[in-house]
Amino acid sequence: MPKLQLDIVTAERLVSSEEVDVLVAPGVDGELAVLSHHAPLLTALKPGEIRVLNDGEESDIAVSGGFMEVMPDKVTILADTAERADEIDEARAEAALKQAQERIEAAPSALDLERAVASMRRSQARLKVARRRRGVPRQGGPPV
Amino acid sequence: MPSVRDIRRRIRSVENTAKITKAMSMIAASKMRRAQEMALRSRPYSERMRSLLSDLAAQPHDEDALHPLLQRREPEKVSLVLITPDRGLTGGLHSKINRAAAQFIIDQPGAARVVAVGRKGRDFMVRTGQDVQAVFSDLGDRPTLLDVAPIARIVIDDYASGSADAVHVVYADFVSATLQTPVVEPLLPVTPAELPAEQAVGYIYEPAAADVLSALLPRFVEMQLYHALLESIASEQSARMVAMRSATDNANDMVVDLTLEMNKARQENITTELLDIVGGAAAVGA
Repeated sequence: MPKLQLDIVTAERLVSSEEVDVLVAPGVDGELAVLSHHAPLLTALKPGEIRVLNDGEESDIAVSGGFMEVMPDKVTILADTAERADEIDEARAEAALKQAQERIEAAPSALDLERAVASMRRSQARLKVARRRRGVPRQGGPPV
Repeated sequence: MPSVRDIRRRIRSVENTAKITKAMSMIAASKMRRAQEMALRSRPYSERMRSLLSDLAAQPHDEDALHPLLQRREPEKVSLVLITPDRGLTGGLHSKINRAAAQFIIDQPGAARVVAVGRKGRDFMVRTGQDVQAVFSDLGDRPTLLDVAPIARIVIDDYASGSADAVHVVYADFVSATLQTPVVEPLLPVTPAELPAEQAVGYIYEPAAADVLSALLPRFVEMQLYHALLESIASEQSARMVAMRSATDNANDMVVDLTLEMNKARQENITTELLDIVGGAAAVGA
């Protein structure tokens, strides 16, 4: 199976550019897995994790929503924000999650509630990616 | 005639000023480089987004069902997003931007409202009695897309609700380190680039094309504002770099002139003293 070129970009930077076998992304209508030779597809993403499988190694990237453009040999993700697992500050994500939950409890208006929920989902996605990394150390990485 | 000591004191003070302006110019140079890098890094995102938008807009749709942000109206009420630096010491940069904004407002047939991003623009618009709707400042040297989201929100809401029929953005375009030109660009309605038929990909949209478009359009506006902000920061820093460099040069010239004056004054003192001594000796010898 040929590989798929995956570029993850945000307005601020190119987060990652690599060749992958499979990627699983959080589409707004549910998770979807993409392999090469996929039909051209454009989907909105919700906050969550992008799981990438390459030569049997899995890596994760947390995104807080965005868009994914799928072409037969290339996938481009336009993320609102995106962080690789090793960039996530777990303590900070946890604090943000707690704060978001408190804000949901006390939300005075629908808009505030909407924002707080969005912020909670982002923190949850970050935490999930960070924890998975801790639990399953990456294989074949550079010697530490 | 100022005394030697007075002149020496002035020289020292001018030298100190030169040190400060030199440091400011160096800081501005490094900030300018960083802003340029940021603009460069945001390019892949903006290019992809542009082409996706063109593709989406080329999708067949009913004229009535056109997304609100794409609908054109006769521009009676116009909003202007004015992006200026927060701080001065940038030579004539902010007055150039403000002049371009003022000219734009004068050219409008109807009323114009201003969303000021940056203090220099706010001060100018308040002083000239314009209708300032919102003010944003202290966005810093390294803004993120999230920082411009509230600005985009205001103009999008205005456009969607009909309080504005067109929204423009004014900022200083970074042409080169020595040249920044104020530009006025249309922001809303969104105008997608025409897509040549052979480049149309024919994506499967998930959810429907209209939903993806509604999600994409606000991001597109944010991205354009973000781009304008980065350009404006690069312009601000380069203008400051040039202004501070010429201030340093001027201060150094002044030190040379003052040194010359000081030496003259010193020599004159010596001459007078010598004359006194010679005069005194002659009197004693006589």
